[in-house]
Amino acid sequence: MTGKLKGAKRKASEIIDEKKRPPNKAEEVSEESENENNLLNGVNNEENDTTDDEGVDELFTSDDDDELSFVSDEEGNYEHVGNISDESGEGSGSEVDSLEEGEEEESDGEDADSESEEAEEESDGNDNEESQREEKVVQNLKNIKISKQNKKKEAAGPSEAPAVDKVVARPDKSAASTSSGFQEYGEDDPDTSDEEDIRNTVGNIPMHWYDEYKHIGYDWEAKKIIKPAQGDQIDDFLKKIEDPNFWRTVKDPQTGQQVVLSEADIDVIKRINTGRVPDGSYNQYEPWIEWFTSEVEKMPIKNIPTHKRSFLPSQSDKKMVSRMVHALKMGWMKTARELKEEKKKGSGPSFYMMWETDTGREDIRRIHDHVAAPKRDLPGHAESYNPPPEYLFDDKEMKEWEKMKDEPHKRKLHFLPQKYSSLREVPAYSRYARERFLRCLDLYLCPRAKRMKLNIDAEYLIPKLPSPRDLQPFPIVQSLVYEGHTDIVRSISVEPKGEYLVSGSDDMTVKIWEIATARCIRTIHTGDIVRCVAWCPNSKLSIIAVASGNRVLLINSKVGDSLLVKKTDDLLAEAPPNDMLESDRIKTAVQWETPKKQEYELGVRIVITHFKPVRQVTWHGRGDYLATVMPEGANRSALIHQLSKRRTQIPFSKSKGLIQCVLFHPVKPCFFVATQHNIRIYDLVKQELIKKLLSGSKWISNMAIHPKGDNLLVSTYDKKMLWFDLDLSTKPYQTMRLHKNAVRCVAYHLRYPLFASGGDDHAVIVSHGMVYNDLLQNPLIVPLKKLETHEKVAEFGVLDVVWHPVQPWVFSSAADKTIRLYT
Amino acid sequence: MRRPKKYQSGEGTQYITRKQALRKLQLSLNDFRRLCIVKGIYPREPKHRRRAQRGSTDIKILYHTKDIKFLLHEPIVWTLRDYKIFARKTGRDRAIRDFKNLKRRINAFPELKIDHIVKERYPTFIDAIKDLDDCLTLLFLFSTFPSLKLIPRSQSILCRRLTIEFLHAIIAGKCLRKVFISIKGYYFQADIKGQKVTWIVPHYYPFQPQSKSEVDFKIMSIFVEFYAIMLGFVNFRLYHSLNLVYPPQFPAGLMQDSEETLSNESAFVSDRIAALNVDLMKSGESTVEEEEEDIDLELLNDESNPEKMQKLRQEAMEIKKLKTLFKGLKFFISREVPREPLVVIIRSFGGKVSWDKTMFPGATFDEHDTTITHQIVDRPSLEDKHISRDYVQPQWVFDSVNQRTLLPVNKYFIGVVLPPHLSPFVDPDRDTYIPPEEKALRDPSLIETKEDSDVEISDEEEEKKEENLDAQLEKAYQDEIADASADEAEKQENNEEEEDTNDPEKKRLKEKKKMAVVSGKPHKENKRLQHKAAIEEHKLQARMVKPRHRGLFRKLIRDQQVKEKEAWLLKKKRKNIEASEKEARKQKKREERRKMLGRA
Repeated sequence: MTGKLKGAKRKASEIIDEKKRPPNKAEEVSEESENENNLLNGVNNEENDTTDDEGVDELFTSDDDDELSFVSDEEGNYEHVGNISDESGEGSGSEVDSLEEGEEEESDGEDADSESEEAEEESDGNDNEESQREEKVVQNLKNIKISKQNKKKEAAGPSEAPAVDKVVARPDKSAASTSSGFQEYGEDDPDTSDEEDIRNTVGNIPMHWYDEYKHIGYDWEAKKIIKPAQGDQIDDFLKKIEDPNFWRTVKDPQTGQQVVLSEADIDVIKRINTGRVPDGSYNQYEPWIEWFTSEVEKMPIKNIPTHKRSFLPSQSDKKMVSRMVHALKMGWMKTARELKEEKKKGSGPSFYMMWETDTGREDIRRIHDHVAAPKRDLPGHAESYNPPPEYLFDDKEMKEWEKMKDEPHKRKLHFLPQKYSSLREVPAYSRYARERFLRCLDLYLCPRAKRMKLNIDAEYLIPKLPSPRDLQPFPIVQSLVYEGHTDIVRSISVEPKGEYLVSGSDDMTVKIWEIATARCIRTIHTGDIVRCVAWCPNSKLSIIAVASGNRVLLINSKVGDSLLVKKTDDLLAEAPPNDMLESDRIKTAVQWETPKKQEYELGVRIVITHFKPVRQVTWHGRGDYLATVMPEGANRSALIHQLSKRRTQIPFSKSKGLIQCVLFHPVKPCFFVATQHNIRIYDLVKQELIKKLLSGSKWISNMAIHPKGDNLLVSTYDKKMLWFDLDLSTKPYQTMRLHKNAVRCVAYHLRYPLFASGGDDHAVIVSHGMVYNDLLQNPLIVPLKKLETHEKVAEFGVLDVVWHPVQPWVFSSAADKTIRLYT
Repeated sequence: MRRPKKYQSGEGTQYITRKQALRKLQLSLNDFRRLCIVKGIYPREPKHRRRAQRGSTDIKILYHTKDIKFLLHEPIVWTLRDYKIFARKTGRDRAIRDFKNLKRRINAFPELKIDHIVKERYPTFIDAIKDLDDCLTLLFLFSTFPSLKLIPRSQSILCRRLTIEFLHAIIAGKCLRKVFISIKGYYFQADIKGQKVTWIVPHYYPFQPQSKSEVDFKIMSIFVEFYAIMLGFVNFRLYHSLNLVYPPQFPAGLMQDSEETLSNESAFVSDRIAALNVDLMKSGESTVEEEEEDIDLELLNDESNPEKMQKLRQEAMEIKKLKTLFKGLKFFISREVPREPLVVIIRSFGGKVSWDKTMFPGATFDEHDTTITHQIVDRPSLEDKHISRDYVQPQWVFDSVNQRTLLPVNKYFIGVVLPPHLSPFVDPDRDTYIPPEEKALRDPSLIETKEDSDVEISDEEEEKKEENLDAQLEKAYQDEIADASADEAEKQENNEEEEDTNDPEKKRLKEKKKMAVVSGKPHKENKRLQHKAAIEEHKLQARMVKPRHRGLFRKLIRDQQVKEKEAWLLKKKRKNIEASEKEARKQKKREERRKMLGRA
């Protein structure tokens, strides 16, 4: 195709040449003085332009070495290029032959046009092709220019005629040699330059180097080419005036000759200046001839019979196809459609029967100790779209809902109940996606563990105890109130026979009451706060021990059997001979004294004066020994007094803490000492510590011992009652928290399996405390009744409780200045 | 013997923190998360956190060491690593614009195969069904999602396909038991192989753009990835046990994911619903006989416990009845009613359903079909009605299913204020508040009569009042007359008394007359006092709770009290509401009457 194109170009240039010759002479004749300068300028410009073009050429042709050389030649040697054009012109005849490929001879212009059109049509080709085409276009242009130059040369004058002849002669030879075709010609371009006649052989050098010489290089025979005579300015001027062709005369820089441009040259220059196609004979608007039609020609254009191989199928292709067919059959290869379908199918997962049975399991490695996630809670009525009206929030609940805005997890419901009158109105739940997301987070991020969930009723935790109805008798109601004291009643005690009651109060009096009638029989003023009263347990004596301030008063009650009263008086009348020498330690602590007359008349028989306030006084079971407690007495805070000998002992040499209370064992010679935290049991005979009971509480308030002597009940200020089984352990067998406040006192009944406790919560609690003879059976403890009739005064409640020695009656004294009897 | 160091044995070695796990598995946190979700690995709560954390007290995420070792052998770890490589290589190709290679790589994208994990996580089919709750709820949500950046369209299409297949299995197996309209969505509970499966279908349209801190769709998408595979396998087995062909074949034009359905959301939804209204192809003979045999077997079991057996039999009978609840009924759904839940419910209880042919595809019969028995309408009024059918609101269907009978339709007519919709999931024997409607459902005779009598009484009262108003004057007049007569009588009496005092003998006689044997009063125990005493006694005994149980006991008591208080509050609220309603009704009636009088 390129060949054709080039051929077309050549033809075009040839035509120009042909046309050019005759006018050349005519132009010599015609004279025009006007416009010459302009035209000259135009030519100069043109030259500049060509150089520019060359630059562009180089850019395009850089890919191809041959073209490059062609261009470089062109730069200096117009002649040479002109030769080419001439050559092509001569060879056009042979070129026509070369066009035998199927194209008929048409006008050259048309040919070129169609070619270029086609080239454009095929513009989808790659870059190379494109660049080639562009090259060709440029070449076209160049050829035109070159031909123009030739014309100039030819017009130069007769002096050049031999050279021109040679030029003409040469292509004859080359035409014969290049009959094979165009392509060779195009490609052989640089080679042909050797054969060319070059009038000036200096090569491609700047011609001003010859400025100083007379000649301007050398011709083919190595003879100097002499510069033509150079006129000065005046000559030029004269020439300008004289020569009508001056305006179209141009100097050939190569040879220094003056060249007169022909009419055709001027026409070309004008055309170029005006931006038209330089060739005047070229019709831009030829009618379109469709060379390659869609119609199939019936007859071959060529007469040559088709080659055999066009009938026979290709062996290699056959092999390849059979291989593909085999691959398709075997399924190694797939058709495009199959591939597409497969891809579509394969995009989704495929399912199969994973579990053959419902419960059958296969043994494979699984997660260790799996904890299944708990299911979500199922919705209640409140979540309904149309719930019963009570589930909707009222103003108060709404306010609470709003208040919990910052900590939504604290809300009772995680959603706001709403009511819609019809299903149509229910909107999408806005937090739905969020809830699902939270569930997802729970599933993979929440730590799991198996925890036993206690699903029991609260009742189940209450120990199974017999009903109080089955444990009667026990006091149920309040039956009597003993009023008369004017201040809190700190302590009470009952006569062993159960007829009289003695009470000690902060109003500094001791009162003796008849139990059955609640009548105060006697009032004894002691002159100090009475902290403790204790009736002698020996029923053959009627002595009351009263702890009043620093003194312990032994008072004859003067009630009951008169013989007994008299006997008691006799017994206490005179002091036994005191042969033992008492130590200073005791002397400074205690003095046994006889009361003053006034007091004697009130019934006081003996006064034991202590060095510190006495808090508690307690009798030994037989009524001979008497123990007192002075919490401030340091190592002498617990004392044991013997009534018959009027003697005092200090059992402990060292203080083991702040002693709260002491107690004699009812049977054994044991002594219980309660300090703040612990209880120590001493053997009085052996004079040693038997046991130390650990209460574990902060502050012990009181204690009582079971009449059988094996169980100890301890009350504490920290609301607890401790039941110690002395045979069992040093720790409490049972801890009871029956009271709501500090427990101040406890007491066992002598006969019935009952005990009572009183505390600062103004209540007396009666409990059943059964101790079995069988050692293996633990005591049974059942709270029976809470008696709450004491009035609430200040922070103190019940201060003392005492059982009736015979009846299941309990007395309590309290801060409301009364003593009450419950039966 | 060397003494072991601290935390080298026991709980310290049993647990591993997440950071350590990541280091051990050499995975990024994202990959690890994905692995954990797919494999069902979760953190564990240790018995002693401090010991498990080797002495540190701050709360860390602890995994069981065995779980992490288990993950170490998982083949999909390699796939996750391949993903990383894939991302890197395709990124490179893209950067150097090597599209040929890029295409090749994308074609060879490493697929995550998790079939074996389904089998591993659910050793038996029953295990899979037990874990179906979350799976279904999530897939139903995703089946409604549009194409998002993190959720590819293919995923939501897969979800839709699987959920529809599942619903078809439910319909064919008749295993739906309870339904409930909540504000969050429709709850469905089915009984599959003896397991209760509950799922929620959200109200349209649940998708809202969420910030990442609120909802991370990436994580949910990973869950869906696994659950979709799981549900596929479950569906497969369900279909086979129902003698259905899997995958189900839908008629041409349905579930084809054409351009239109993918671009138009409502078309997408109606396509989905239309697919639900299609009978599936059976692969073998019917399964009815099997079911009956099942019931017989159940009855034969457990001879020793007649009470339990009776209960079971009753339950079985009820369920049998429920399965054919809508049999022979034809429903027509108006276009304003959400169709999807109704189609599932009606079809799974044997009813036939259709809708407006012109609006949505998949309708099976016309609105003017005379054999239609019920039309479900959710608008205040309707122009042209057919006499042959009942017009009900959609709640009727739900309540009927929950009640397991066809409820009378009069409470559910068009434009009627609906009775409250109650949750079927609450325990009937619970000790909290039970609303009167629920009580009425249990024992309808009791409550209704009471309400009626209430109304009557109030009416009577009103009438009486009216009479009073009318006949005030008359009464006043009568009173006057009565007063006058009374005065006279008094005077007479006074006279008599005077006579009495005058005669002491008579008086004594009279006293004697007054002496009489009076029948003794039986000793009445004061109930209130007794109750109080009992409470006191109980309180005292409650104080004997062992110290180690005391905290628990208090908590239980507190919980109980809170519960009681809530119940009390609801009861009170209800009472107030009812009272105010009654008042309003009365007021209205009175005004009406007044108006009538005014006119007259």
